Parts: sequence; C-alpha cells; structure tokens
Amino acid sequence: MSATTMPPALGPVKDQAVAAALGRRRKAADRLVRLLSYAATLIGLVFLASILLTLFYKGFGAMNLSVFTEVTKPPGSEGGLLNAIVGSLIQVALATAIGTPIGMLVGTFLAEYAKGSAFGNLVRFVSDILLSAPSILIGLFVYQLLVLPFGGFSGWAGVAALTIIIIPIVVRTTEDMLTLIPNTLREAVIGLGAPKWKMIVLICWRAATSGIITGILLGIARIAGETAPLLFTSLGNNAWSTNLNGPLPSLPITIYSYAGSPFQDWIELAWAGALLITLAVLLLNILARSVLGRGK
Amino acid sequence: MTPPSEAQTTDSAAQNASFGGMQARSAAALNETARVTVRNLDFFYGENKALKGINFLLPEKQVTGMIGPSGCGKSTLLRVLNRMYSLYPGQRAEGEVLLDGENIIADGVDMNALRAKIGMVFQKPTPFPMSIYDNIAFGIKLHEKLSKAQLDERIEWALTRAAIWGEVKDRLNASAMGLSGGQQQRLCIARTIAVRPEVILFDEPTSALDPISTLKIEELIDELKRDFTIAIVTHNMQQAARCADQVAFFYLGELIEVAPAGQLFTAPKHPKTQEYITGRFG
Repeated sequence: MSATTMPPALGPVKDQAVAAALGRRRKAADRLVRLLSYAATLIGLVFLASILLTLFYKGFGAMNLSVFTEVTKPPGSEGGLLNAIVGSLIQVALATAIGTPIGMLVGTFLAEYAKGSAFGNLVRFVSDILLSAPSILIGLFVYQLLVLPFGGFSGWAGVAALTIIIIPIVVRTTEDMLTLIPNTLREAVIGLGAPKWKMIVLICWRAATSGIITGILLGIARIAGETAPLLFTSLGNNAWSTNLNGPLPSLPITIYSYAGSPFQDWIELAWAGALLITLAVLLLNILARSVLGRGK
Repeated sequence: MTPPSEAQTTDSAAQNASFGGMQARSAAALNETARVTVRNLDFFYGENKALKGINFLLPEKQVTGMIGPSGCGKSTLLRVLNRMYSLYPGQRAEGEVLLDGENIIADGVDMNALRAKIGMVFQKPTPFPMSIYDNIAFGIKLHEKLSKAQLDERIEWALTRAAIWGEVKDRLNASAMGLSGGQQQRLCIARTIAVRPEVILFDEPTSALDPISTLKIEELIDELKRDFTIAIVTHNMQQAARCADQVAFFYLGELIEVAPAGQLFTAPKHPKTQEYITGRFG
C-alpha cells in the first residue's frame, strides 16, 4: 500500500550512442525484410503472369466458333469441344446438386448439434482429411466402388467422384459461417419460442447465406478443373454423349489427352479448353467475392 | 419480500435521498399480486453453484430491477425464468419457479410455449437478417395463424407500442440491419411484445446504447408495465432507480435484499446493499 513498494522512477535514456546504433540496426533489418518480401511477391507474380499470358495468347489464338458448335473429331478434320463442355457441365452440375445439400447438412450438424462432442470432432476430422486428400485417390476409390462392380466407366461414377470432392468443401464453409453467427442471435430466436430447427433453417442459414454460397461457388470452381478423379471414372469420350451410364466426355480429360497428343489441331483445342476452364473458374471466384462482399 | 406497509419510506425521504442526487421512485404503489414466484431456487453451471436458495417474486404489471456486481447471478436468474439455460448442457436449476401455478423449471415443460409467455430482450440488439416487417412477423407466426390483415394490424400495434412505428412505417420492407442501434433495440422489443407475452425480461437492454436511445428505452419500459410484468437486469443503479418499482440486490449468488425502489436506495436494510449502492464495491 505504501510508497516504499514502488520501484524508483527511471530517468531518460543515458547512452545516446547505443540508442542510435540500435535504431540503425532496426532500420537495416526493416529494409532487408521489406526487400525479401517484395522479391518473393515479384517471383510469384512473374510465374502467374507468364502462365496467364501464355494461356491467353495460345488459347485465344485457338478459339473460334466451332470450339462451341462441333464435337471432338479425329485429327485433321474440323472439330470442337462441344461434347466435352456439355459433359463437364452435366457432371459438375449433378455433383453440386447432390453434394451441396449433403455438405450443408453435415456442416449444420457440426455447428449446431455436435459442438464439442466427440462424435462431432471425429466427423470434422474425417471431413478435413477428405478435404486435403489427393483427388486421384478419390478417383481410385470410386473406380473400385462403382466402375469395377458395374462393368465399366460411367458418367455416374464421375459424378460420384466429384461429389466426394465438393462435400468437404461445403461442410467446412457451412460450419465456419454458422460458427461466426453470434450466440445472442440464436438465443433471440429461441427466446421468441422458436424450436431449434426453425432457428437453424429460418435464421441461421439466412444469416450465413452469402458465406455458404461463396463456399459452394469455390467448390464448383474446384471440381470443374479436376482431372485425376475423372480418369478412373467417367474416362472421357470423343463422341457426343449425355448418357450417364456410359463413358462421358469432360473438358479436363480432353485437355489432358489432347495436350499430350502429337497433332497440332488437337493441341490447339487443348489450349482453347484450358482457357475456357480458367475463365470459368475466374468468373466463379469473382462471383464468390461479390456475393461475400454483398453479404457484409 | 418486504411487505408494502414497511416500504413507506415516504416521499420526503426519497427526496432527501443522497443517492447520486436523484430521486428514487415512490414506494407506495407496489403491487402485491405475484406474476412469477421463485422458491428455493438453486442454479448450477456444472459443479459451480451460481444461485443459492433464491426466494423472490415478480409483482404483476410492475418493474423489478435486478442489481449487483458482475457475476452475482442476476443475469443467471433472468435466464432461468425463460429456461434459456436449457440450451446449454451442464446448466441446471433446482427449486420452483411458478408461473400461473406451474413449475416452469420442471422436466417436460413446453419451453416454446413458456418462451411465448415470458419474452426476453437482450443486451445487444439482435435484429434478424430480414425485413423490419418479417422481424416482427417471425415471432407471431411461431404461435398464431393470422390473416394478412390481422398480421399487419398486429405488427403496427407492436411497433407502435415499442415507440418505433413512426420511424419505420415507410420502410417496413427494408432490412432491419440498416436501423441504428437504438432503433434495432426498440425493434427487438416490438418483436418480443408482438407475441403478447405476460412477462418481459430485459437483460441490460441499454448497455450498448447511447444516452438518448437509453432514455427512450427507459420511457418505453415505464409505458409497457401497464400491460406487462417486467424484470430488468442493469448495471446502472440510476436506471434501476428510474425504472423499477421493486429492486432486488444480488451478491455472490444470493439475494441479499429486495425492497421497493424508494426504500432500497434510501434506507437499505443490509450493510452489503448500503456498500454497493454507495459505490464502495462492484
């Protein structure tokens, strides 16, 4: 209580030379770190820009109307990517339609019903492993599960593989977005006499809408470019096909097989396809950002 | 509880009160009819006993202020009254809380029906992410089936009672998130009374608001007690003195003293109450 417990007051800095030397060292360190950060950023940007520039240069050069109106043809004849585009759209749309509700419900389970429970932690752990699992493993898994027993490659198998990839993405964003909702909002809903399911469906989902939509769009962007899981499942098809029971064409697979071919016109089509996918993914990302921005 | 007869601290005593230079409400008019009766209530957060043997009642159509230092159990008691604690595993209450002769903390109570009867307004405004109209309609639709015209009428009634109708009547379809903090809080009050509860619990309703908004809410509480029984938890003793007819002082999970506001602030019986209201701790 008394003043005797107080340490004596410290005077101003005595040794100005030491202070100045410390200041110089601090400034030098600051300059060095700043230089390294700029250099690292520059290296990253150079690679990104060179990829994009090459893609745009070669892709636009190969782009013409028949890319969208013709199906893939043997080398030497006028062909396009129509079947691959439609095949990709079908598989991505179905995988999203199946995977989104499952992912949202699992994410909701984790955030609203299984918070802190051992089972919830287990589900979250498994989902996170799935999120970072190499996609080729998922392709092999579906190959064992749906291709071998049913006697052949099929569009459904491709859809299954893409669904398995998009589910954990939606799970994670749904859970994260629901966790961001303050508990006071939940209590306010419950306080009016609302049952828990109405609280979740009518208020929590609505409050988290923009975040969840962002997650879904990013998930679509991810599966739209997946190649490995389709290699073992829907295989690819050079003819027009919308039959999900047989091999189904897709853009990534077509790029994969055409880019490695010795034929100039196929290689050009691969560039056009690569540009298409890149633009689609870019568009989805911009869309996701604007949705998230509007939700704030 | 102190009977009203003992509460005649007289108006002159209230006027002479040295408590912050303000006047406590006259104690004469305390209603004796209990709307909610709390008997031998214990409350536990896991192993930790947060409320110890509380005996207490909320007089019908009066305002009960609940004061005490942080962690004294006043908010906990509020959360027992509408079973909010039941959302959280590990929290439990023992004893009796009677509303219309029913022990509402017993197992098997319909909590959704209970919360329609005992509404709550929170510390921070909690508008739902939807239009002003839908915010109010949400609670009503949980419990009643009304025609569009009846619903419109009820919503206007609730917004008018919450003293915000004039400010929002031209933009009922605008998002409630665009309102100011004070408006949002009055919207939340409108949302609560739209369900037509018997009791309204206020948990520090003005601690996130500016002085003007605070004044509006306090005036509103004074107006609402004509129709509703009200309990308000507050850290602000002036607020308790301004709003409450009866004041309860909690300390370390115990109800130390409950008395008409005029008496508690001018002639507290318990030395702890005296220390708290004169600012010696808390």
